[in-house]
Amino acid sequence: MFFAAGMYGLGLAMRHLGLAPAPAFLAGLAAGAGLSLIVGVLALRTAGVAFMIVTLMFAQAVYLATLLFGEWTRGDEGFTVAQASRQLWGIDLSDPTARYFAALALFALALLGCLALVRRPFGRVLIAIRENEERARLLGYDTFAHKLGAVVLSGTVSAAAGAAYGLLFGYVGATFATVQYSIFPLLWVLLGGAGTVIGPFLGTLFMFYLIDLSSGLTSAYMLIAGVVLVLLTLFARAGIAGELRKRLWRWLP
Amino acid sequence: MSVLLQTRALTRHFDGLRAVHEVDFALPEGEVHALIGPNGAGKTTFVSMLCGRIAPTSGRVEFLGRDVTQLPAHKRIALGMAYTFQITSVFARLTARENVALAARRHIRGGHGPVMAAVHKALSQVGLDDRAAQIAGDLSYGHQRLLEIAMGLAQRPRLLILDEPTQGLADSEIAGFKALIRTLAADTTILLIEHNMDVVMQTADRITVLNFGEVLAQGTPSEIRANPAVQAAYLGSGADA
Repeated sequence: MFFAAGMYGLGLAMRHLGLAPAPAFLAGLAAGAGLSLIVGVLALRTAGVAFMIVTLMFAQAVYLATLLFGEWTRGDEGFTVAQASRQLWGIDLSDPTARYFAALALFALALLGCLALVRRPFGRVLIAIRENEERARLLGYDTFAHKLGAVVLSGTVSAAAGAAYGLLFGYVGATFATVQYSIFPLLWVLLGGAGTVIGPFLGTLFMFYLIDLSSGLTSAYMLIAGVVLVLLTLFARAGIAGELRKRLWRWLP
Repeated sequence: MSVLLQTRALTRHFDGLRAVHEVDFALPEGEVHALIGPNGAGKTTFVSMLCGRIAPTSGRVEFLGRDVTQLPAHKRIALGMAYTFQITSVFARLTARENVALAARRHIRGGHGPVMAAVHKALSQVGLDDRAAQIAGDLSYGHQRLLEIAMGLAQRPRLLILDEPTQGLADSEIAGFKALIRTLAADTTILLIEHNMDVVMQTADRITVLNFGEVLAQGTPSEIRANPAVQAAYLGSGADA
């Protein structure tokens, strides 16, 4: 949902307002931040599994909204971002090499930002809330405000990814708001290791190559992916990074 | 001495069970006050309403002269309360140092240095300074209790509420704890829930006895010891405490 918010924030700003890529990218970030603020305020009245379900329902509502306003969003069909306008500081982002490095730069920025965050007092408080929310509250921390901050922050990072996708691949469409794009990141995180910084990246990599390799062997590749997922949740509940941290490197972020 | 904390007709019912019933209570600044009573007397429920963990059914709580009944817990903590849990509730996967730092950061501005100084002061006050780098969950139960107290100290509260702090401590640690309470009493008001009568009699200025959610008696340690109603309800006849 936040991915789509960033994507549409950028795409609509470029298509209907005729903005240049840089301000349109900022519009994408603002769309993600705004949406996550609203969703966070409402969904954080619940916790745990209920919170997950409520946010998924919001995602579904956002998807249906993109279909409803098909006149502007072009719904399932989507629309393209004109190749000529996909330039940033004189770099042609439709060129595969430039595209790769732009994505890498954004990823590196997000990863370093995340690493810095968990070392800052704000991140420490978030860890404390994860470990024991009531204790954190009775140390004088406004846990609601901190959780809301976390939701907005992650929503904005997702929006950055969505806006970047729109810019790099020149396509904006409602398929990216479907529920599987909410569930896949969840799987990546669970696979890689919830509560780790590097985990989601490892999870994504693992899942990507798993599907890539297994689809070369059989057309039932999702079955293989499913079995691996079941095995991992049974035998490595902390995820890849979580298990590595437990067994090998305790310092792993 | 001015009144730091006051409750008026503070009441909490759990589905018809009167856990705490119309308790009027006043705590003067600078006092070490012990709250005692049989199990299930409502002690923890009472202090949970003081710090905002549990909302009262009726009645009010005043802290520093203002009505804080409607304030959420974190705002009351910011006013200068601190609460340590009866059931050990440290952040088990973080180090002891980080546990205390989380408690200290709330009120210390100015970065890493001053926070760490406060952390080491609090840890050495409870005798855990040599275990600062250990994961809290790996500490022994008694040490986790001490860590819990250190987290309370690091907040430098006006009012420190300790919920059965000596439960599970060794005798030598209890002796250290009594000495610690006496040094803290100089600049902190302490409300202590305690079962260990030795600790209560030796540290408290005054004692309140709760029984079935109501105040049974209040007075100095010697008055409480001499009170026949308290002896019947709690200490048992021929109390030797």
